[in-house]
Amino acid sequence: MSTTATGSVPIAGLARRIGRAVTRRPVLGLAATVTAPVAWLLVVYIGSLLLLIVTAFFSIDGFTQRTTTELTAGNLDTAFTEWVFVRTVLRSVGVATAVTMLCIAIALPMAFYIAKVATTRVRRSLIVAVLLPLWAGYLVKAYAWRAMLQGGDQGGVLKSWLGFTPGFGIAGVIVTLTYLWLPYMVLPVYAGLERLPASLLDAAGDLGARPWRSFRTVVVPLLVPSIAAGSLFTFSLSLGDYITPKVVGGTTQLIGNLIERTLLAPNQPLAAAYTLWPVVIVVAYLVAMTRLGAFESLK
Amino acid sequence: MTIAPSARLALRLFTWLGLGFLYVPLVAVAALSLNTATSLAWPPKGLSLQWWERAADATGPRDALATSFKVALAATIIALLLGSLAAFALTRYAFFGRSTISLLLVLPIALPGIVTAVALQSSFLRLGVGLGLGTVVVAHATFCVVITYNNVIARLRRTGTSFAEASADLGADPWQTFRHVTFPLVRSAVAAGGLLAFALSFDEIIVTTFTSGPGVETLPQWILNNFSRPNNIPLVNVVATVVMLLSIPLAWLAQRLSDGAAALGGGR
Repeated sequence: MSTTATGSVPIAGLARRIGRAVTRRPVLGLAATVTAPVAWLLVVYIGSLLLLIVTAFFSIDGFTQRTTTELTAGNLDTAFTEWVFVRTVLRSVGVATAVTMLCIAIALPMAFYIAKVATTRVRRSLIVAVLLPLWAGYLVKAYAWRAMLQGGDQGGVLKSWLGFTPGFGIAGVIVTLTYLWLPYMVLPVYAGLERLPASLLDAAGDLGARPWRSFRTVVVPLLVPSIAAGSLFTFSLSLGDYITPKVVGGTTQLIGNLIERTLLAPNQPLAAAYTLWPVVIVVAYLVAMTRLGAFESLK
Repeated sequence: MTIAPSARLALRLFTWLGLGFLYVPLVAVAALSLNTATSLAWPPKGLSLQWWERAADATGPRDALATSFKVALAATIIALLLGSLAAFALTRYAFFGRSTISLLLVLPIALPGIVTAVALQSSFLRLGVGLGLGTVVVAHATFCVVITYNNVIARLRRTGTSFAEASADLGADPWQTFRHVTFPLVRSAVAAGGLLAFALSFDEIIVTTFTSGPGVETLPQWILNNFSRPNNIPLVNVVATVVMLLSIPLAWLAQRLSDGAAALGGGR
């Protein structure tokens, strides 16, 4: 990596001078490295979030249908009390909870087999096999479930193989979201099982516990932080999803779909107020899962 | 723990069923792309390459692929710069507010995509910035920073500061130390982070729909706009299969570049 181009000499000299200045005064080095990323995130992201909160208090001019800066609490009142909005929030939380439960139910036995039963060679291939679909593209996978779930005389794979399909609707949304986020649950649970000392299981067995009992009373409680970590992904990603309902949901609407509809109304202040719902829910969920040790297990 | 042979068999069966769950939909779409019929009905009617030939001539998906590539490349470059700088700052300097910065970096990806999408859209509109390719790049870069940051900081923590200190003791100035010691140590982590950021941007749809303007269509947007048009179903099948096939070498490369299988899951 040696550059001998003549033009690089003054640049290298300048770089050296800057380098010496940074050595003498570390604060210069800190400023040089930290300013750009922090400024970007503060201006672009935190700025936008604050603006979103402010926008939630703006009004809509009844005549021109345009957003005005006149302040009102009406949007928050509508978004947090009107039944159409609350019902969609409850439906979304229900879907996110169901997806998380299904992911746990599928991931636990799979991760247990991969970590504790499979041979070392098979183990590696299985982990790769679980993770590879993550790369296949979100929309490709959601679309693939159209081919699975389609009903009627043009029935898809499920109709053809099982003779039954839930079709496009809330069940289809739950199945598809479970499919999309399953690897995010398998991975932390597998990592948690890897860390689990075999001696604990031997001790449970020596004390007379049958395998199922050891699993229930020793393994599962020790896996709580890992499951909590996985559920951060499955719950939060499901809650904010609005593309999957469009692809396989039929008329099912989640929070995101209602936000989009409100934006197109157009009622930006009301949409902004409604966006605070997922923010509040996800932050509360993050706090709860942190208490269960989700972040220690991700490290 | 001794596991009864019957339990072993049950677990093994369950795991294979789980893998079937993960792969059957993907294989089904790939098979349908070779179908002679135009519907999603299973089983396929017959074998043909006609839709692949038609897709090769179609301009829509090709333009969308180019757009996705441009957006992902630009967002990755920005994210690599910002993420690496933040990682260096947080490992090399102790300062007030360090833990706040890691929270700041992870926030755009921790909050649901719809929140990031609506927040960025409303501020672009309020500031009078016309939605277009540039706004998508800015939005993608914002949530990609944490990916590159995570990769670089993990490597920096693992390698420690002793090499850089030895280099300085031997008389190298900070620039020489960076060029000949620090950068070679983090190079593959930077590459892996870049690859993950690229994949994340390439795949993103929620923030993209809210921050892109008229005339901008990424590949996921193209799929979203065409999957329900009966005439375009065969074309969508081909495009979906191409995306799946493209993902295999990318995943392999990320695995090679990074420190283990765990990085495979770092796409989001």
